[in-house]
Order: sequence, then structure tokens, then C-alpha cells
Amino acid sequence: MSLRTPLGKARGLGAAKEGASSHWMAERLPAIALVPLMLWFVFVAIIGNLDASYADMVTFMGSPWNATLMLLTVFCAFYHGMLGLIVIIEDYVQHHTIKHILVFGLKMYAALGSVLAAVSILKLTFGG
Amino acid sequence: MKSHPRPISPHLQVYKLQTKLPPLLSIVFRIFGAGLMVGGTFFFLLWIVAAGTGPEAFEAVQNFFGSFFGYIVLFGLTVLVFYHMCNGMRHLLWDTGFGFDMPTVRKTGRIAVGAAIVLTLLAWIIGLSVYG
Repeated sequence: MSLRTPLGKARGLGAAKEGASSHWMAERLPAIALVPLMLWFVFVAIIGNLDASYADMVTFMGSPWNATLMLLTVFCAFYHGMLGLIVIIEDYVQHHTIKHILVFGLKMYAALGSVLAAVSILKLTFGG
Repeated sequence: MKSHPRPISPHLQVYKLQTKLPPLLSIVFRIFGAGLMVGGTFFFLLWIVAAGTGPEAFEAVQNFFGSFFGYIVLFGLTVLVFYHMCNGMRHLLWDTGFGFDMPTVRKTGRIAVGAAIVLTLLAWIIGLSVYG
């Protein structure tokens, strides 16, 4: 006789091997953060640098606040976007192999893109 | 045990997108989100990596964004980001368990579209006045 509850036994037996709620929550926490971050990004980081020269960018990213908010925007956006696009791929791509290749490629793109952006930001922060 | 119909993914062939606002807003939210992850991150990387590369590369990319095609890209991305943000806040509201009745769904949908239009216009009015 097992003392485990039916729910405890069933957990992890689905196709995903883990609770979908972890993916769900991981997509939403950066979503909440992205509301103020994207407003800052558009109205301060982009509009404030529309006609910026290279030297202006070095000055802008030289501010610890600007660099920090930019890095947070990058990591939240890439992470949230990666999780969101994985769900879309899983919903619409039927072919098993193509689906997994797309999801893997997307994860690589998110890792490459976010680190590439972070290194570029930090290079400017430390003097260009 | 009573079973409830499970929520399914926005389905392009089943929902009447032409006549109903909520499913149209739902699928546009998805398409715009995908557009941001694909196109938005690409053009952002173009900009920030050019800035990290050096003065010549950054000037070239800044000139691109100042061109007619650059303006179209930027306008498209502002529409995508503000609609996805405003409708995303509807989803966050639903995640708390509120706002599921149809009058509220339609009302918050109209508010999200209106807020996205206001934010897009605001960004372009400020942007053009700063740049011009």
C-alpha cells in the first residue's frame, strides 16, 4: 500500500514530464516586469537616442541605471519571448522532429542574442 | 464527474475572426508576440551590437533607422510592442481569475486596443518632436 496521493502519483507522468505551471509562471513574471521596462525602453532608451552618435551611446550606457535597466529589459524580453514562442511552436507545428529542431534553434537564438546584447551594452558601459 | 471544455489554442479555421472581436484580439496578440521575438529582437540586436562594435557600424545602423524603410520598421515595432503589452495586461488580469464574462472581455479588449493606439501615437509625437 502506498501512502502517496493520486495527485502525487500522477504528477510528472504527462508528456512534458514536469508541471506546465512552471513554464506558465516563468513566462508571466518577466511579463509583469516588462510592462515598466518596455515603457522605459521605448520612451527613454530609444526615443532618447534616436539621433545619438556613438559617443552619446557610450555616455548613455555609462549610467549604471541605464545599463541595468537595459540588461533587465534584454534578459526579461528574450526569456519571455523564448517561452512564448516555444508555446506557439508546440501548438502549431505538428511534425515531431521539426518541432524539436525549431524549439532547440529558438533556445540557441535566445541564448546567443541575449548574451550578445549584454556584452555590447557592457562594452559601452565600460567606455566603448 | 462533470467535465468542462478545455481552453484551446487560438484556432485560425474554427473561430469567426471576421465577426468577433475577442478571438481576433487573441490571435493578433499571438502573432504580434511572435513578431516581437523574431523581428523585434533582430532589429534590436542590429542596433545594440552595432553600438557595441564601434562608431562606423553604429552610424550606418542609425542611418538605416533614419531612412524611410527604417521608419516603417520602427513604426511596425511600436505597434507590435504596445498592443502586445496592453493586451498582455488583459491576460495578467485573467490570470488572477477576473474579467472572464463576455461584456468585460469585450470592454477590456476595446480598452487594450485604445491604449495601444494612444501609446503608439504618443511615442511617435514625442519621437518626431525630439528628432525634428
